[in-house]
Amino acid sequence: MLGLNRKDLILFLIVVGLVVFAPFILNPFPEDSGLARFNAGYPDLMQRFVIFGIFAIGFNILFGLTGYLSFGHAAFLGIGSYAGVWMMKLLTVNIVPAIIASIVVAGVFSLVIGFICLRRSGIYFSILTLAFAQMAFALAYSVLTPITAGESGLQLSLNDPRILEAGGGSSIPAANFFGLTMRDGFEWALGGWVFTFNFGYYFCALLMLVAFYVSIRIFRSPFGMMLRAVKSNQQRMNYTGLNPKPYTLAAFVISGMYAGLAGGLMVAVDPLAGADRMFWTASGEVVLMTILGGAGTLIGPVLGAGMIKYFENIFSRLNERDLNALYDFLPDGLQGVAVSVSQMFVGDGWLLTLGLMFMLVVIFLPGGLVEGGQRVSRLFRRRKKTKTDDPEHHPQPSPHVGE
Amino acid sequence: MDAIILQILNGLDKGSAYALIALGLTLIFGTLGVVNFAHGVLFALGAFCAVAIQGLFSTSFETIDETRTDFLGNPLKVQTPYVEAWFGETMGGVLLDWSVPIAILLAVPVMALVGLAMERGLIKHFYKRPHADQILVTFGLAIVLQQIIKYFFGANPIAVPAPDVFQGSFDFGVMLGFDPFTIMYPYWRIVYFGFALAVIAAIFAFLQFTTFGMVVRAGMADRETVGLLGINIGRRFTIMFAIAAIVAGLAGVMYTPIVAPNYDMGMNFLVLSFVVVVVGGMGSLPGAVLAGFLLGIIESFASMSAVIELIPGINQVIIYLVAIVVLLVRPRGLLGRKGVMED
Repeated sequence: MLGLNRKDLILFLIVVGLVVFAPFILNPFPEDSGLARFNAGYPDLMQRFVIFGIFAIGFNILFGLTGYLSFGHAAFLGIGSYAGVWMMKLLTVNIVPAIIASIVVAGVFSLVIGFICLRRSGIYFSILTLAFAQMAFALAYSVLTPITAGESGLQLSLNDPRILEAGGGSSIPAANFFGLTMRDGFEWALGGWVFTFNFGYYFCALLMLVAFYVSIRIFRSPFGMMLRAVKSNQQRMNYTGLNPKPYTLAAFVISGMYAGLAGGLMVAVDPLAGADRMFWTASGEVVLMTILGGAGTLIGPVLGAGMIKYFENIFSRLNERDLNALYDFLPDGLQGVAVSVSQMFVGDGWLLTLGLMFMLVVIFLPGGLVEGGQRVSRLFRRRKKTKTDDPEHHPQPSPHVGE
Repeated sequence: MDAIILQILNGLDKGSAYALIALGLTLIFGTLGVVNFAHGVLFALGAFCAVAIQGLFSTSFETIDETRTDFLGNPLKVQTPYVEAWFGETMGGVLLDWSVPIAILLAVPVMALVGLAMERGLIKHFYKRPHADQILVTFGLAIVLQQIIKYFFGANPIAVPAPDVFQGSFDFGVMLGFDPFTIMYPYWRIVYFGFALAVIAAIFAFLQFTTFGMVVRAGMADRETVGLLGINIGRRFTIMFAIAAIVAGLAGVMYTPIVAPNYDMGMNFLVLSFVVVVVGGMGSLPGAVLAGFLLGIIESFASMSAVIELIPGINQVIIYLVAIVVLLVRPRGLLGRKGVMED
């Protein structure tokens, strides 16, 4: 079905299920219980899950398949955001032209930048992409202020032309999809639970599913095979008469367009674009999401994006009072120590946790969560098998990169 | 003419910092083959050694002076730094005044320890891993160290002044026969430039004229053969890592009077230093130094108002533009050896 094999289809359907029922799944605790702070089922956060999921899926097509580590991908997200806001300012607050423009403009930029950066590989490629992203960031803050609005960020205003829109009105119209306002939604109270269904979320989620589907098709296509060949041995590829450059550039542009789509969706749900989206830490974050989930795997980036955004949300909101409540069972002296140590990691210190997580994953689990899961499941599977299997004489096929 | 000389001078101090950091990066890359994304944070750690020393010296206790009153008529509270109480007022004052140079004494052992711990504890395990993994793990370490600095010293820049002797500016214009006050250059920047040259010279002399340095150079050229001769090259490389960390730390200590240190200063310098290393030629020590000064000077030329009027925003991007052009036209960098990391 859908041109997917059985295994991929099951994976895809699981993701569809998770995304569609996210408002329920992410709200497991009743509203008035103490655990309600660990709920994640509100629109803003759910939108971030899927938008960063798209970003990471796209990044994975470049990094996971070809092994080229770009440290400047956030630039495309930022460029996409600016393009999106300008469409909403000039044409209409309907988000369709904004999203199309985001993808196209980010694609054009990634074509140019990718063409230059891909002249080199390895660390040089990483540094070149980083240099371009920093350049974009610096320009957005200084000279390009007429286009990017510099520090204050680009936003809609009442006297924008909006030539496709019927004029008048005393307030800025809300971003919508043919009349369906992005921030609209409805709440459903069920016992102690309140579930929020937001139109913006479902719109982003739909696009994320499309993006995910496209990425599965790319992974399983001959083109995806070529990208894996780029990663494993470029020289051998050259000897067989294949030029790796066009394939790598195509992967770069595709992942740039994914980033642009993510940027466009960001402005679709909140029409504002700032240069800080292009800062190199943002590029580092998407690298982390991909690595954490598992680079080169299908589901990894989505998992990684969800986990990081969830923990960011939880950790950065915790404060001293919460910690005191958490460690209440300890004796007084110990409680003080535990609270002050934990305080380093929460609130503003969330980045410390992020950095540590990053290091631990790279050191102990280079394959990310997906590999971790595979290891655990292998552990259980091995116990069931008879011990007559001699690995020396019956070598197991090494797991495929994309599985 | 005077404007040109002024820009060259202005470029020197930033160029010195770039050169020192790039030198350390190149040492690490040339010996261990590791790309250290945490090197900029080592620079910041050095700077915060100076902040710590200043903070230590200005730690004071409060006494109430009954003989004087403040403007509200209450007895005046007097803050006395401990150093003044212990070493006498003049000696204590001198210590406080000279806290930046004194911080060097703290920075050398601290940076050596940090360097050794980093290499033995973390980077050792990454020799055989791909470059991407090295970049990622040191990037993570950089975030962690940066956050630790932020935890202890806060998010705001902390000014650490230079000793009083070096306050004020030197009038180069008079010396070179221009009108007075056309080329003013702060004394501390001269000190910084001289200090950087001294450190660079020391590193080169160490590598060139000592047996240890000779072995290290041999190891950089052909690690395996040196190992076959029965020399423990790994241990020497670890020491070189510590030296690279010390160089970055010293660059940071002495930089504090020029720009007040901030917890994220390291990352800004890191990105630029990588660009410097790439322009100079990966693995080439003279290349790193040359490119450091060159880019520092180019950057300061691009910040001239006449240039900015001509091409707006050029001062923000000039270094990256230079790097992109160099990488595309001469991939091995200005002084890079043929075949070293060319692809």
